[in-house]
Amino acid sequence: MAIYESIKPEKESTIKQFLDNPPEPEMSIDYEVNKKDFVNSGKASSDIKLLLKKLGVSTEVLRRVAVASYEAEINITAHSQGGKIVCNLFSDLVQLFFIDIGNGIKDLEKALEPGFSTADDLVREMGFGAGLGLPNIKKNSDYMKIVSEYNDHTELELLIFF
Amino acid sequence: MKLKEIVEMLEAELLTNEEHLDREISCAFGSDLISDILMCTKEATLLLTGLTNPQVIRLSDMIDVMGIVFVRGKMPSEDLIEMANERDLPLISTKFTLYKSAGVLYNSGLRSCKI
Repeated sequence: MAIYESIKPEKESTIKQFLDNPPEPEMSIDYEVNKKDFVNSGKASSDIKLLLKKLGVSTEVLRRVAVASYEAEINITAHSQGGKIVCNLFSDLVQLFFIDIGNGIKDLEKALEPGFSTADDLVREMGFGAGLGLPNIKKNSDYMKIVSEYNDHTELELLIFF
Repeated sequence: MKLKEIVEMLEAELLTNEEHLDREISCAFGSDLISDILMCTKEATLLLTGLTNPQVIRLSDMIDVMGIVFVRGKMPSEDLIEMANERDLPLISTKFTLYKSAGVLYNSGLRSCKI
């Protein structure tokens, strides 16, 4: 099993405190994401953005959440057998889980390199597969954790503060 | 500048509601890579692209897109045009290439968006 973790240094203590003693979310929503469904993929991220907008989250944070969530949602659609998104809302942050049902990432270190992609022709034709998904997700989140087992599944966790 | 002027300069066709012609456009960005579009648009932007799949419209739910110019004569499907009208997102199509479209607009004073 491969694990990768990235924490924004300025938020390190707050994030560790959150992860050590996770409070009950104020709201939790699940979304299903289907394999290769490029017509509907992105709807969940769009919904999450709208929800946060209604709660008065700033434009800059909305953009970061939407971009990170959208890239991760597309990853499930493009690279996995399908999966789900869990959005947990807290007073000062959003926690997002992207959990697929397989087939896992063969080389996690390589997958994180900007420009590296295993996308097929269909995915590339649609404008994806530039190898910038995970780097974009990392750049836009305060905390990112990937746990992946090759020939099994992948779980991505993100924390973004308001 | 107004979208109407852009339509004229690019000898383009407006595909969405006519009232979109009055839309004021302040800057633009051009790319066929979705990840680049997501990362490089930190302000409300006109997008020039050759992509015509539903995800290019979905993008406008995530970032602030003021309109989309389909280049190289690309035409989106009716479904896509409907998706855009639902979002009040102007769509235009030009026969010009991405390079030529960008050149024409840049020379006319439409600046590059902040990246």
